[in-house]
Amino acid sequence: MSGLKGFGQRLYRGEVSYDFVGRWKRWYAISAIIVIVSLSALGIRGLNLGIEFRGGADFAIPNATCSVSEARDVAEAETGGQTIVTAASSGTMRVQTIPLTSAESVALSDSLGAACGVPGGEITVQVVGPTWGAEISTKALQGLLIFLALVSIFLAIYFEWRMAVGALVALAHDLVITIGIYAAFGLEVTPATAIGVLTILAYSLYDTVVVYDKVKENTRGIFGQSVMTYDEAANLAVNQTVVRSINTSLTSLLPVLAIIVVGAGLLGAGTLLDLAVALAVGMAVGTYSSLFIATPVLAQLKRRQPEVKALSARVLARRKQALEQAKKAGSSGEGDEPDSSEPDGEETSKASEVSSVGPASPQQLREYARVQSGERKQPKRQTRRKRR
Amino acid sequence: MAPPATSKPGRLLIALVVLLVGGIAWAFWPGTDSSVRLGLDLQGGTQVILVPEPVVEGAEITEEQLAQTVEIIRARVDGLGVAEAEVTTQGSGNGAAIVVAVPGVGQDRVVELVQRTALLNFRPVWNILGPQPIEPADVADDAAGDAADATDSADTALTEGDEGSEDSSATDSGAADQGGARSAEIVQADDYTPEFQTQVDALDCLDPVNLAGGSPDNPEQWLGACDQQGFSKYVMEPAFIEGVSVTDANAQLTQQGIGWVVTLEFDSEGAGALADASTRLSALPECGTGATPCNAFAIVLDGVVVSAPRFNEPIIGGQAQIEGDFNAQEARDLANVLKYGALPVTLEVVDITSVSATVGGDQLRAGIIAGIIGLSVVSVYLLLYYRVLGLVAVLSLGVAAGLLYLFVVIFSKTIGLTLTLAGVAGAIVAVGITADSFIVYFERIRDELRDGRSLRQACDSGWVRARRTLLAADFVTLLAAVVLYFLSIGSVRGFAFILGLTTVIDLIIAFWFTHPVVVLLGRMKFMQGGSKWSGLDPERLGAHSALESISGRSRRKRRDDYRSEKAQFGGTADESADDLTEEVRT
Repeated sequence: MSGLKGFGQRLYRGEVSYDFVGRWKRWYAISAIIVIVSLSALGIRGLNLGIEFRGGADFAIPNATCSVSEARDVAEAETGGQTIVTAASSGTMRVQTIPLTSAESVALSDSLGAACGVPGGEITVQVVGPTWGAEISTKALQGLLIFLALVSIFLAIYFEWRMAVGALVALAHDLVITIGIYAAFGLEVTPATAIGVLTILAYSLYDTVVVYDKVKENTRGIFGQSVMTYDEAANLAVNQTVVRSINTSLTSLLPVLAIIVVGAGLLGAGTLLDLAVALAVGMAVGTYSSLFIATPVLAQLKRRQPEVKALSARVLARRKQALEQAKKAGSSGEGDEPDSSEPDGEETSKASEVSSVGPASPQQLREYARVQSGERKQPKRQTRRKRR
Repeated sequence: MAPPATSKPGRLLIALVVLLVGGIAWAFWPGTDSSVRLGLDLQGGTQVILVPEPVVEGAEITEEQLAQTVEIIRARVDGLGVAEAEVTTQGSGNGAAIVVAVPGVGQDRVVELVQRTALLNFRPVWNILGPQPIEPADVADDAAGDAADATDSADTALTEGDEGSEDSSATDSGAADQGGARSAEIVQADDYTPEFQTQVDALDCLDPVNLAGGSPDNPEQWLGACDQQGFSKYVMEPAFIEGVSVTDANAQLTQQGIGWVVTLEFDSEGAGALADASTRLSALPECGTGATPCNAFAIVLDGVVVSAPRFNEPIIGGQAQIEGDFNAQEARDLANVLKYGALPVTLEVVDITSVSATVGGDQLRAGIIAGIIGLSVVSVYLLLYYRVLGLVAVLSLGVAAGLLYLFVVIFSKTIGLTLTLAGVAGAIVAVGITADSFIVYFERIRDELRDGRSLRQACDSGWVRARRTLLAADFVTLLAAVVLYFLSIGSVRGFAFILGLTTVIDLIIAFWFTHPVVVLLGRMKFMQGGSKWSGLDPERLGAHSALESISGRSRRKRRDDYRSEKAQFGGTADESADDLTEEVRT
């Protein structure tokens, strides 16, 4: 634990810095490969739609004593259609048939109960018309689109439109990968899966908002200085939120894993399990995308902005100048540096530590972040006497 | 930015306590039902989802029609005598769904009950008979033979409803055990024939099943049916008005102010038919005197006569008034039947789920176990990582869980919220999202400490930043929940509700519990001393080395700096200086 803590501290101060923004090509490449694999899995294998989407009847027989083939024989004899039977480790057997009427399903439930030594009333039955799943999906999709429109407006107002775009790209990334994993592993898609996917959506955006909020904070008034480029400030923000992201992912994933373990152990397949699998996949991908996709996309969009371009040019020029001065001053690393355009005069001696035309040193970044965060320069506190 | 308004953290805690105590008192007031309503997937039972479709293609289903459909279905389901049966709508207009949830009843029965469409007709009465069946022995053989022929000739006779009892095939034994729902028996024919008369005679209006309705009649045929109370049996001519012609119906006090009447308005087609029928019928002798036809028209809903008033005079303008010995409730019921009886909707059964009580209990148990395990694992993690702050987080999670339970009870009571498995899953997922609020806050405090703030300052300024992030992020989640709740159907809705609820609770807890507690803790010596158990030890967080790397000077120099800073800000920095002294010693 303390390892992570120390790690967090170094990340915050920028001593350890992972180049989330600068190495965007690498992250994009990784994501592109996963997305392509996901899409091809979707194209080749398609989704294993549950009966809610196909229409059909589903019988869950707890503590079934019959064999899979016995159950299938009973069901196929009675329905005259194809039947899928699966047995879960918990002893629950699932029988899925073609669509049945209410009366037919009661009859089959009784026959299955007789064959498997379970009273008919103990069997969980679900009969779904073929249009219902389509209806649920249409509704969910409508909700999704309206939500996306609203959330884009919100993000554009609260942050800026570039952040809204970045968040949506990350979101699309998460959804495609989650759906791809469902296709690749042939996991059954049920309404519970749809719920899971919708949660992922909220979760992914939530995660991105937290990171972007830090980016926003770090880049406030960034155009008034020339120590740090936008990319660097954004990257620092991501680094500063890494520990939070890890902690949040863990605290979110742990309960979901508990559902998977308990669900699989006690219930076999079911709503809880379907939901938890979707969530576990989506949360992991969501954390990844908020760090590796959302911010690099934002930085790329920002690079097109004239102010950001000008800032980068200024920062580079300044670093070059500093390098030359350092050469002139010989090896006196601690030498005084002429004042710069930086609005805050304090701690300018830091700049002299820059010894190459590279990115700002970690200390610089950290210092910049500190200065930018504003209100704490002058502690607005009353005297101790007044406070008491 | 304004200075953090946390000078009185105690007040926020008191506000939360007041909210909690008030909520608990209201929710668990003795003598009221304060249990959480469980969905059928958690307690066992049958759930049927119906999608109403307009009879006329392309028509829009109005809210009123939907509400009345629900009323009618509810009345039928209540007839099952099962407590806590529930009929709810989701969505609106043509995309609406009606969810019927009945604990512990066989699904076929529920499906049959709810799927019937209520049909309203106005028919001239031919004759009114006593309720008991008449068995004319001499014509029985004839009638049986004719009836058999008649069923072949498609529409001479229509007898509905008791396949359940007649069909004795083995597969239906389950249904029979559960009582097999039957709908009322009605007799129909193209013309007033002797066979029709025989069948009407045989109709038993003392059998309660025949009074329950549920057998829509063909308006173009003659009809023999019972009245709602089982007082009499009606023989009726083909309908002269169908229910869709009724544009409005209301219960009103009479002009004298004593007793109730039901006023009716018809569209132009209905008005014309009413004028013709009333002119013809009002000239006829009164019913019950043996005369056929006689002066009365029957209002038939789903194959049962709801009311059979007579005409006092020809009614021309399309506005009628039914007088009778109504009380307010009866008048309102009749008005409702007239107004909504002929629902232009057909109901399609799209989903039937039947869960046994055992499995339902198992699912609930699994959900609770998963929740407890999830909460414990997260708690252990938070404690290990954040130490004393972790304790605050765990307490906050506990309060959040309590608050969620409280809200679920309150919403069960007020708006009929039912907790489904999807809702339970939503609550478990919310553990992570709620924990995130604390993590964001704590990480902010640590960031502030790393910047060399004192603990007290860090708790406040960290909050200002964390608060903004929390509000933005929770707003997104809340938006998702609200949009999904209003636009989705099925289990997604239950999930969305819980997700939204937990997001609101997350905010309440963060603002009214976690933050005040952290601020109070920040004022304690133990935390300020920077114990390694506090989770906020500046040295462990690297505040010390941070300072060093910024200044690039010696520790002594740093301390001097702080002392001078102290002088400058009149004591502001002395806590920090104390910390530093401690550091130097160790």
